[in-house]
Amino acid sequence: MTDQNVNAAAAEIEMYGALKDKEPPKEPRSQWRDVWDQFRKHKGALIGGGFLLFITLAVLIGPLIWQVDAKQLDIRNKDMRPLYTLLWDGDARTSWAKPLGSDNLGRDILATLIAGGRASMAVGWTAMILALFIGTAVGVSAGYFRRLDGPLMRLTDLFLSLPILPLLLVAVTLFRQPLRASFGPETGMFILIVGVIGITSWMQTARIVRGEVLALKEREFILAARSIGTTPFKIIRRHLLPNVVSPIMVSATLGLATAIITESALSFLGVGFPSDFPTWGKLLSDAVPRMEEFPERVMLPGILISLTVLSVNYLGDGLRDALDPRIRGR
Amino acid sequence: MLTYTIRRLFLSIPTLLFISVVIFLLLQLAPGDPMAQVPLTVPPDVKQKMRDALGLGAPIHVQYWKWLVQFFWIEPQVLIDHWFGTGLAEGKLRVISWQTRSPVMDIVVQRMPQTLWVVGMSYVVGILIALPIGVYSAYKQYSLFDQAGTFVSMIGFSIPPFFSGVLVIVIFSVNLGWFPSIYDTTHVVTDWASFKIQLQQMVMPVMVLALQTTAQISRFMRASMLDNLNQDYVRTARAKGLKESVVVLVHVLRNSMIPIVTVIALGIPSIFGGAIITETLFKVNGIGQLLLTALFANDLPMVMTLTFIFAILIVLFNLIADVLYGILDPRIRYD
Repeated sequence: MTDQNVNAAAAEIEMYGALKDKEPPKEPRSQWRDVWDQFRKHKGALIGGGFLLFITLAVLIGPLIWQVDAKQLDIRNKDMRPLYTLLWDGDARTSWAKPLGSDNLGRDILATLIAGGRASMAVGWTAMILALFIGTAVGVSAGYFRRLDGPLMRLTDLFLSLPILPLLLVAVTLFRQPLRASFGPETGMFILIVGVIGITSWMQTARIVRGEVLALKEREFILAARSIGTTPFKIIRRHLLPNVVSPIMVSATLGLATAIITESALSFLGVGFPSDFPTWGKLLSDAVPRMEEFPERVMLPGILISLTVLSVNYLGDGLRDALDPRIRGR
Repeated sequence: MLTYTIRRLFLSIPTLLFISVVIFLLLQLAPGDPMAQVPLTVPPDVKQKMRDALGLGAPIHVQYWKWLVQFFWIEPQVLIDHWFGTGLAEGKLRVISWQTRSPVMDIVVQRMPQTLWVVGMSYVVGILIALPIGVYSAYKQYSLFDQAGTFVSMIGFSIPPFFSGVLVIVIFSVNLGWFPSIYDTTHVVTDWASFKIQLQQMVMPVMVLALQTTAQISRFMRASMLDNLNQDYVRTARAKGLKESVVVLVHVLRNSMIPIVTVIALGIPSIFGGAIITETLFKVNGIGQLLLTALFANDLPMVMTLTFIFAILIVLFNLIADVLYGILDPRIRYD
């Protein structure tokens, strides 16, 4: 009896031969594996990501390897040139103890660059995360709750029409003293700069996230979730946020690039961190008056800023391609 | 279209009011004291009188209202007086700078030509370079030229103006000695020789600003051309035997320019903001540099007015971009 049944079923399957798999089933692939495979194809993004990782690691563990205090004055050995100047100028004052030379107070340039990179990257990452957080919160609430949509989007439009750089200058100049007084010069400036950059750069993320959420919340899985009584907060956390991760990641890279540039620009205009607390922008602007004699002091931080931003931009480019399922696999 | 424009104009009024409130409150909350520079020997009651004379004793809303009246009512009257020789604004108090004790708008009018000349010129140059690059790299997609263009515009995005500016100063001014590193705004063009000097001093600031513009606009131009090159009407145009140059430079280019025009309009206010850095670098005494010095001198009326002018520019050019988009593209209907 059972044999007959099996045979009948087999015959039935035989009949619909087209339905059968021609090849053995493949291993199921996770989404992130697909993303990684697509990402790997973008050479620029790969190099950019690698360089960003390298810079981040270098500024994190650099001080452990190159154990020179960035604030250590060594007035006897001031104005040293970097070692590579020996290639064309044999008489240049160089020293193996200071491979990238020293500044006008004898501080080691390699150590200050590492310390400056630490500050720049810290400001960049924190400001980017703050902007992402605000942008995602505003975007999700505007997209999900219809009542909030109008007011929140008007607010976003208003923020978009604020003159950002002048306002940043105003805010940083005017609020420098009280924050310094209450948190100390370095922490105060850090809070201030991260805060103003974060508060003035969340608008693009909010707009993108809102658009995605508006489209997503009409889909069946959200309806299903709502029909079994899931609370809005849980729907947002479990169903909406994982689906808007890719646009958020892309705008995160853009945000990181702008945050680093903005911080350096503020430092360059002289409203950033105090002089004894180096960041790349500060190092660059401090070196401008004597750039004819010591061009490397301008070039090194400038090249570091530009390379970091360039690698972040390429990373964003690759991420955008890799995270978009319509482009992926082509 | 006209009703849309009028509606947008009316809507921009609350936007601008909101922005002015934000800027005003920001400046009010700031702890800076304009009397900080006054010598310590001046007795406190005299200081208080000086504060009152600057209008600082009044409540915040009164100060804000006074600024609004001065900016939106008295300053336009001054402008009308200047144009037609009438006497509307005689004896009325204008927005006065605390630094120079002269009307803020007069200083802005003095500084504006330098900014407009350098910034405007660089924007035009940037666009003129960007458009052909965008068109050609879209037409030859993935060619060597396209790859190079992508790379150069990526670099243009990534090198901040304060570094590219320093870089060109080191290369062209220090090492090669071709161009002066300081922009001399008192220079007057009278003959060919002075015109050549004027050109020389403009090259570097214009190039630094134009690099940013070029990077951005050539990317947009390329994307927009690519969108249009695969459309059916392009195939039709080729099928009926039009020359390739006509197809690309007339049919496709005209359609691709629609979004580009709005991008160009939207970019104008941001280039004013970006000019702050370039002006500092090349020592152009434009409005960006004016804002910076006013900030450091705690000259609140000047800062307030300048920031608000930047905001007006942004709102205005957003409006212009939207209206232009509607006019140029008949498929867009706002009403």
